[in-house]
Amino acid sequence: MSENQNIGSLSGHSKVVSNKKMTFAERIYLPAIFGGFAITLSHFFKKKVTVQYPEVKRPFSEIYRGKHVLKRDDEGRERCTACGLCALACPAEAITMIAAERKEDEMHLYREEKYAAVYEIDMLRCIFCGLCEEACPKEAIFLTQEIVPSNFHRNDFIYGKELLVEPVDKRVDISKRQTPEVLKFKLDKNQSHNT
Amino acid sequence: MDGSFILYKIILASVILLISLIVAMYATLIERKVAGFFQDRLGPNRAGPFGVFQPLADGLKLFFKEEFMPGSADQFLYILGPSLTMMIALLTSAVIPWGNSLSINGVEYSLQVADINVGVLYVFAILSIGVYGIMIGGWASNNKYALIGAVRAASQMISYELAMSMAIIAIVMMSGTLSLKDMVEQQHGMHWNIIYQPLGFLIFLVCAFAECNRSPFDLPECETELIGGYHTEYSSMKLGFYLFAEYINMFISSAMIATLFFGGYNFPFMDDLNLSHNALTIIGSLVLFLKISFFLFFFMWVRWTLPRFRYDQLMRLGWKSLLPLAIVNVLITGFVIMIKNHL
Repeated sequence: MSENQNIGSLSGHSKVVSNKKMTFAERIYLPAIFGGFAITLSHFFKKKVTVQYPEVKRPFSEIYRGKHVLKRDDEGRERCTACGLCALACPAEAITMIAAERKEDEMHLYREEKYAAVYEIDMLRCIFCGLCEEACPKEAIFLTQEIVPSNFHRNDFIYGKELLVEPVDKRVDISKRQTPEVLKFKLDKNQSHNT
Repeated sequence: MDGSFILYKIILASVILLISLIVAMYATLIERKVAGFFQDRLGPNRAGPFGVFQPLADGLKLFFKEEFMPGSADQFLYILGPSLTMMIALLTSAVIPWGNSLSINGVEYSLQVADINVGVLYVFAILSIGVYGIMIGGWASNNKYALIGAVRAASQMISYELAMSMAIIAIVMMSGTLSLKDMVEQQHGMHWNIIYQPLGFLIFLVCAFAECNRSPFDLPECETELIGGYHTEYSSMKLGFYLFAEYINMFISSAMIATLFFGGYNFPFMDDLNLSHNALTIIGSLVLFLKISFFLFFFMWVRWTLPRFRYDQLMRLGWKSLLPLAIVNVLITGFVIMIKNHL
């Protein structure tokens, strides 16, 4: 093979530019324009892809990462112990908390002797990455399928405990997110966040 | 010139004005609907069934928007611009024959506001001052984008008006009249001008798009380069006037195309139906509106099919393709008429 022979492109996708003269039909453009009309008209009668949102909802993935929930344990006590690992793990620094010590008469409210008196997530900062639930050693915070609704004021996007902690009578099912693999991973003491 | 005649003309003019406005209003909705359908979407469908109240909501929104005027704008011209555009857009509808005549109690009532014997010239005169509204608005805004848009609009109008007039001259030569009413009468039945002047029709159609500043000739207001062009600085109902005038222009252009080339209110086999004169007139008017609706749809169809021209392409098409073609069309028409007269 001589050196000046065309060896072709490496990717195999390139095309040789053609500088051939346009034919009369191509130069008046009308056939091409009518071809375009046919294409657009075919789309006019196609099935529409629009989902009528509030009435029709697309199915969510079972492990969709939406609004957070702060879980209670089986006796209805808050699991969160205000260790701050979620806030530390949060790449958007959306989580703020103030810890408090549990009193004698609050045994039925909080599971551990330390609890979060204030727990706030700024939903405008949150990127819903799920690192908080990954970091949590107490299985206290999870992301749910619920969507954070829109609001008129920025302050309304800072969700406190009243919005995050699950109601005792309306538990949130997170079993789909708590697979055996996840639990095993969380118990693994070799992982840095569990030590 | 008795009182009832004047009263009738006033009522007719008001009705036509109202119809133009309503058509333009709903053209905005249809445009959005059609745009949606062409893009596999549904378009606005929340305000009322199928979104029929959307134009009202849009209008209301425009009314309640802040009325902003740039500090460096020329106040008088700034207000004159949209008003002029709107007024001129509505003027053309006076000479278009919207139907034949209705005879009530033996009196003939023509469904045309003014059957002036220079109807075609009148339309061209109005069309060519139509660009003043855009020019004045773009100039008064004191904004470079608005000015560029205005200059583009002006040069585009000049370039395409020539070819458009030439296309019409061929029809004028054929029919031997400047009155739109007579032109329509001559296309009675199936003798539509489109059959005798297909090239003229093509030229007129392309030029009509350019005159309406519609895509693919929407260079004066192209969003990507000129952020709205001549109406960049306009807000509230002044902007509404500009946008509204564009739709009225579309409506009038469609009416002109239907009148000049598609027989106006004539429809095939209209003599074989054995209907009364009044019934024929009413059906004819409906047929005319059907034709207009099709061309309105065609305007939108083209908008979602063809990309915008580059400016030099626009000028080349206007001066180097359409104008020579239109002149050739006039020559051919003249030649054919000459041969016909000598046979």
